[in-house]
Amino acid sequence: MGDFQTHEHDVLVIGAGGAGLRAAIEAAGDCSVGLVCKSLLGKAHTVMAEGGVAAAMANVDERDGWETHFADTMRGGQYLNNPMMAELHAKEAPARVHELEEWGALFDRTRDGRILQRNFGGHAYPRLAHVGDRTGLEMIRTLQDHGIHQGLEVYMECTVIELLKDGDRVVGAFGYDRERGRFRLFKAKSIVLATGGVGRAFKVTSNSWEYTGDGHSLAYHAGADLLDMEFIQFHPTGMVWPPSVRGILVTEGVRGEGGILTNSEGKRFMFDDIPELYKDSTADTPEEGWRYVTGDKEARRPPELLTRDHVARCILKEVSEGRGSPHGGAFLDIAWIKEKFANSEEHIKKKLPSMYHQFKQLANLDITKEPMEVGPTTHYVMGGVRVDAETQMSTVSGLFAAGEVAAGLHGANRLGGNSLSDLLVFGKRAGEYAAKFAQENGGGKIDDAEVDALAKAALEPLERDGDGENPYEIQRELQEMMQDKVGIIREDGLMKEAIDDIAKLAERATQATAHGNREYNPGWHTALDLKCLLTVSEASARAALERRESRGAQTRNDFPDKDPDDWGQHNLLLRKGADGAMEVDKVPVVPQTEQQKKIIEDNQ
Amino acid sequence: MAKVDFKIWRGDAKGGGYQDFSTDVTEGMVVLDSVHQIQAESANDLACRWNCKAGKCGSCSAEVNGHPRLMCMMRMDEVLAETPKGAPVTIQPMKAFPVVKDLVTDVSSNFEIKKKIKPFKPRKPDAEDGTWRMVQEDVDRVQEFRKCIECFLCQDVCHVLREHSLHDEFIGPRFLVYAAALEMHPLDTEDRTTELKNAHGIGYCNITKCCTNVCPEHITITDNAIIPLKERVVDKHYDPLGKLWRWIHGTEKEANDQQ
Ligand SMILES: Cc1cc2nc3c(=O)[nH]c(=O)nc-3n(C[C@H](O)[C@H](O)[C@H](O)COP(=O)(O)OP(=O)(O)OC[C@H]3O[C@@H](n4cnc5c(N)ncnc54)[C@H](O)[C@@H]3O)c2cc1C
Ligand code: SF4
Ligand code: SF4
Ligand code: FES
Repeated sequence: MGDFQTHEHDVLVIGAGGAGLRAAIEAAGDCSVGLVCKSLLGKAHTVMAEGGVAAAMANVDERDGWETHFADTMRGGQYLNNPMMAELHAKEAPARVHELEEWGALFDRTRDGRILQRNFGGHAYPRLAHVGDRTGLEMIRTLQDHGIHQGLEVYMECTVIELLKDGDRVVGAFGYDRERGRFRLFKAKSIVLATGGVGRAFKVTSNSWEYTGDGHSLAYHAGADLLDMEFIQFHPTGMVWPPSVRGILVTEGVRGEGGILTNSEGKRFMFDDIPELYKDSTADTPEEGWRYVTGDKEARRPPELLTRDHVARCILKEVSEGRGSPHGGAFLDIAWIKEKFANSEEHIKKKLPSMYHQFKQLANLDITKEPMEVGPTTHYVMGGVRVDAETQMSTVSGLFAAGEVAAGLHGANRLGGNSLSDLLVFGKRAGEYAAKFAQENGGGKIDDAEVDALAKAALEPLERDGDGENPYEIQRELQEMMQDKVGIIREDGLMKEAIDDIAKLAERATQATAHGNREYNPGWHTALDLKCLLTVSEASARAALERRESRGAQTRNDFPDKDPDDWGQHNLLLRKGADGAMEVDKVPVVPQTEQQKKIIEDNQ
Repeated sequence: MAKVDFKIWRGDAKGGGYQDFSTDVTEGMVVLDSVHQIQAESANDLACRWNCKAGKCGSCSAEVNGHPRLMCMMRMDEVLAETPKGAPVTIQPMKAFPVVKDLVTDVSSNFEIKKKIKPFKPRKPDAEDGTWRMVQEDVDRVQEFRKCIECFLCQDVCHVLREHSLHDEFIGPRFLVYAAALEMHPLDTEDRTTELKNAHGIGYCNITKCCTNVCPEHITITDNAIIPLKERVVDKHYDPLGKLWRWIHGTEKEANDQQ
């Protein structure tokens, strides 16, 4: 066997964001647990989450409850969600949030000392527990600081590049440590994928270098089903100026606190187009909208808080019809609330400190005084590994998935705040059932020859030593192509081109080359990431091409309407065929129980 | 658009030196953008850490023109304004930590230090349903400390670590902030003063405030975290009568919390 270190654990968790940490903590009770992540501990994407974590604790509005949260999540997902996951999520989120408090988290408080909750798009009541606009930091730090005392073995700055199987079950993972470039072999009885999303497949994104779709790709190549890959959320409010910060997120919390969207004519355009599904729950006038954000329970929410897919399309429409802001976005104005109360500047700084800081430092703009310029940015992937609702096990035995890498909870569109709660609820479940699986099943056998071949293949970019394709260039071309052809507005011809382009880029990627040696070499890492990026890009393009309707995050020029009878009843699966080609399969949605149907009806 | 010259430290644990680069800088670019551009154009294997590009994760710490900073939050126009005309912008790794490669340092000691600090231990829940009640005013103070993004710039700048390398004797400002967040947490019942005095070496801090000045999260490290902790330590260890009184009244921890 080649040169690598071997580590053995009952449960291996790949990813140390909210989902991975929560899974690892849960599994650690009864098992030896290894936790692998590409960055340092505490730097995963979860740290960037701003707005809050959704849980129907009813601390601010006593009318809230799990049923309403469930119904909101299903409506937001346009009924393509797995209803069982949506139910478990809504029921268990409050307990998971309280558990964080038990581990030291300090959320903002209500007057009577409970956890404060804020409004967010698509949620009927104030539901997001938060800490100013740095909720993700609070969450990951709490999990991290609790987790380090649970006996986990943490492997930081280590990238997994392949899952290893014995027959039809997973038995290990193979990767390299980024610092020294040495290979690592992990043997495990069960594996939890918690690797997050795919945003780096697009040019304009709120996601970091980590989001190359590794978990999606690892699972796919190990034979697992992917689900709903056409649904990629474009968040309506990313920064648009200056160019180097294009895509960086502006939290929905700005709108939750009363921020409004206007066009170059100063018009609050969101009132112009309110979808049927939300007519009854949306304010008629700006005045009613303001009453809503300031806590009037009789008022209905302002149209800025409609679902993300809708708000993103409305902004694009303003831009394409010539009413955009100077740099091709819309104006997001929170400064206007000074009309409403005296100390508005202090209020904004207190409620949105990191947004204040971000704009001040990066765009030289004071959000307490001037409107921001914002436009859509690639933000989140609803699609992912298909899992069992209760156990989070994928279609491959012993392989579990939780958090953004898993699919099912969000359907065609995710509501803000429902990701952080997803991580906690299903991270815990994945950890629990992965531990159970490990205890009930012994270890498997690892094929040494396979491992040697993987190590050899991984070194190829370095061996070409500069003589071949620049991996950064391939990555850049892919991102631009995906943005143009599989972006917010899609159509048949462009997506077919995209699939051809991906094949050509994949061919070039086999010749990717890296200068230098194995130590902390980002060129080499980028070359190895390409396989994952190309896999998830292909999955998204193929699924989006197949779904001939517009729904949730998928908007098609050529099929602008929803198709409730056919596509509204189906999800798309992607899997690796026997010949190695990607197959797309149309399957009926998971049916709702009678009780679930009734809850949805009662909450219309 | 203008060409800007850079001197970037390159090398590894065995040694290294500055290498010259030059790249175009356009409006709004930050230092990290320049480093990425150089990486993509002419030095594919140039190592640096980053994640969020928005000052939220604390990955991209380095020394720019000699000042410890987050590269993602430092605008190039500001950097150029402070760089003498004709001189290059210099970027080097944090000095207080061993170099791994180029701008990447070995910060693993920080993760080890944290494990040694006694974890959070909450009091019994206040309500029947297992939850607690806390007022915002009490939470505010600790929330300031919990803003820390673990960039370790304060550890980098603290002379006790940077000049005197007392990494084994002194936990450093980041972990005094961490200990303060635990000690002043309204629900916490643990007592960490003995360790703070002995193993954690709080006495080494002579309140130079360099850490506070460099903190990108604007945490008032010295005044709000370290000084109150020092007072607790003194109070507990050099005030035998007070200690006896609290012991008799069983209010050790609460007495501290009320300060
Ligand atoms: C700017 C921003 C703001 C957001 N705000 C909110 C919000 O307010 N509310 C909300 O609910 N959601 C929000 N989201 C979404 C939410 O933060 C993410 O969906 C969520 O944090 C993902 O968590 P995770 O645990 O699935 O993955 P992550 O936290 O991204 O963690 C992924 C982990 O997997 C590791 N990993 C990946 N690939 C590999 C590999 N090959 N080998 C080893 N390790 C690997 C990474 O290193 C990392 O540790 C926001 C997202 C962004 C980008
Ligand atoms: S105030 Fe104390 S901890 Fe901060 S830099 Fe000075 S000596 Fe170090
Ligand atoms: S206290 Fe400030 S400077 Fe120190 S690690 Fe935390 S954020 Fe960085
Ligand atoms: S990249 Fe996250 S703080 Fe700079």
